[in-house]
Amino acid sequence: MKKILSAKNINKYFTQPVLFHVLKDISFEIQQGEFVSIMGKSGCGKSTLLYILSTMDTEYEGELYFNENLITGKSHEELTRLRNEDIGFVFQFHYLLPEFTVLDNVMMPALKLAKKSHIKIQEEAIHKLDMLGIADQAHKKASRISGGQKQRVAIARALINNPKIIMGDEPTGNLDSKNSDNVFRILRDLSDKEGLSLLVVTHDEDFAANTDRTIIMEDGRIIDQ
Amino acid sequence: MKELGLLLHITRTHLISRFKQSSIAALGVTFGIGTFIILVSFMTGLNGLLDGLILNRTPHVHIYNEIKPSEIQPLDQIEEWNNAINIVRSIKPKQSQLKIHNAPALIKQLKNDQRVMGICPQVGVKVFYLSSSIELNGLVNGIDPREEERLFNFEDYITEGSVDALVRNKQGILIGAGVAHKLSLVIGDRVQLSTPKGDIFPLKVVGVFQSGLAEVDNIQSYVNLSMAQQLLGEGSSYITDINLKLHDINKAPQMAGYIRDKFQLNAIDIKEANAQFETGTTIRNLITYAVSITLLIVAGFGIYNILNMLIYEKMNDIAILKATGFSGKDVQKIFIGQAMVIGIIGGLLGLVLGFFVSVLISNTPFVTEALPTISTYPVNFYPEFYIIGMSFALASTFLAGFLPSLRAKHIDPVEIIRKQ
Repeated sequence: MKKILSAKNINKYFTQPVLFHVLKDISFEIQQGEFVSIMGKSGCGKSTLLYILSTMDTEYEGELYFNENLITGKSHEELTRLRNEDIGFVFQFHYLLPEFTVLDNVMMPALKLAKKSHIKIQEEAIHKLDMLGIADQAHKKASRISGGQKQRVAIARALINNPKIIMGDEPTGNLDSKNSDNVFRILRDLSDKEGLSLLVVTHDEDFAANTDRTIIMEDGRIIDQ
Repeated sequence: MKELGLLLHITRTHLISRFKQSSIAALGVTFGIGTFIILVSFMTGLNGLLDGLILNRTPHVHIYNEIKPSEIQPLDQIEEWNNAINIVRSIKPKQSQLKIHNAPALIKQLKNDQRVMGICPQVGVKVFYLSSSIELNGLVNGIDPREEERLFNFEDYITEGSVDALVRNKQGILIGAGVAHKLSLVIGDRVQLSTPKGDIFPLKVVGVFQSGLAEVDNIQSYVNLSMAQQLLGEGSSYITDINLKLHDINKAPQMAGYIRDKFQLNAIDIKEANAQFETGTTIRNLITYAVSITLLIVAGFGIYNILNMLIYEKMNDIAILKATGFSGKDVQKIFIGQAMVIGIIGGLLGLVLGFFVSVLISNTPFVTEALPTISTYPVNFYPEFYIIGMSFALASTFLAGFLPSLRAKHIDPVEIIRKQ
């Protein structure tokens, strides 16, 4: 099995308001196709870890490998490109661009990557939306759809460039149980049918129980994986 | 190219979704640029007119012979009394003629001078205008009408008749508006002039001129040079005044000095004659540019403000764009793009606004005694004003957009997302 993501001795400090050691010697690996959840109490550093893994936060000590290549110390341009092409994101607060249509939101990362024609990207975006059952909302403005629909749009956007891994920061945290189950089922399907790797931070124990593996964190350390 | 299209698409959507704010920002630029165009066009037009009042009429160098006492009296020439206090009472003017000595030779020499653009010789004659038994004081200037028109826009002050009529009719006279009014003269009438020697000449009125100065218009008239010489009973070499127009007005003082030294004549230059005129022009220009630039800076601050607010509102969007693969530079381009679109649209509208108001002003009636041939306000439609205006619109909106966009570029997406 190929390792999609591996962290070696990651340490992170906050300097504001006082010096604080957030992450202490974090090391773990995620295999291709694995569905991993991270659990822990608020403030244990799990979101901070996710932002480091997602390459958005570059101020840390230790080494991070993506697809078996070292990415620690790479330039912002290279990391931006990597995020665009290989990593999909789903946040707790769906973070769509409210003035744009659902379709525009989904297409945008692919348009930025600019590897395919506009028409091809549009076809794929509609296909992804269809897969998630919201193709009928494609031409509505992103601010005009419900919270559950927004989260599914965010997943469609995360998938548009066919990334190697999807990362989620409490993707169901803001949803009612029905929508929450729905989103989980979609993620589970992506893992089972498409062989996609997933890394999800969650508070929801039922959610974590149904993933392949759960990493439990406490006070900046991994205590179980 | 594709990427630019995408960034433009985002820029456009942001602007359209905030149509009100964007329009207000653009209107700020529009008014700034519009007012700039109006002010500059109108002020330079007025300046040109006011300058023209003086420049067109005033020779750069005026050469004449003045009746005055000798500066060195015979008493001063006695060496042994050099250190004494010499007082001569009742000094009389030096006996000399009003005419410029050997004028044709002088004119010929000045014509060959590189600095000189043209020469207008004149003959001044004191006369009486006669109407039955009434005598009116008057002054007749003999001129070369064609040269006066070429060098000093003479025709601008002729309200009736023309320069050509004077050229055609050797017995013709262009009469001052005040004189014409007093004697009820119209074109085609005859007016009788009496010279100091007592000769009487009937001349035909071929036109009326109005300089705007009542004291001039009440006494002055113009005839052909040869006619003036005839009035005095003098030959064609009799010239009392020579007016010079130079290629470079700034050389006037130097030229006047040269003439004084070389020909022992009185020569007065335009700067000496109209010292206040240059100061006025400079200050008017200064005010115009100060006001215009202030307006543009205010418009620039408006744009800066609105973009700053926009970026605050769009923090989440910026974070999400960065998280999904847009670089800081892309984000910066989006916001600079918004500023530039506001600048281009606002600036172009400003040019249109400025142009139409300028047209309006240039069609507004403006009647002035000083310039009888002008009937509307003077406005300059110079393309360079429009180029400067547009460049300033682009430059100021770019600067106003640059600082906020720089902040957007450096926003850390993690910080934004973590705050939620």
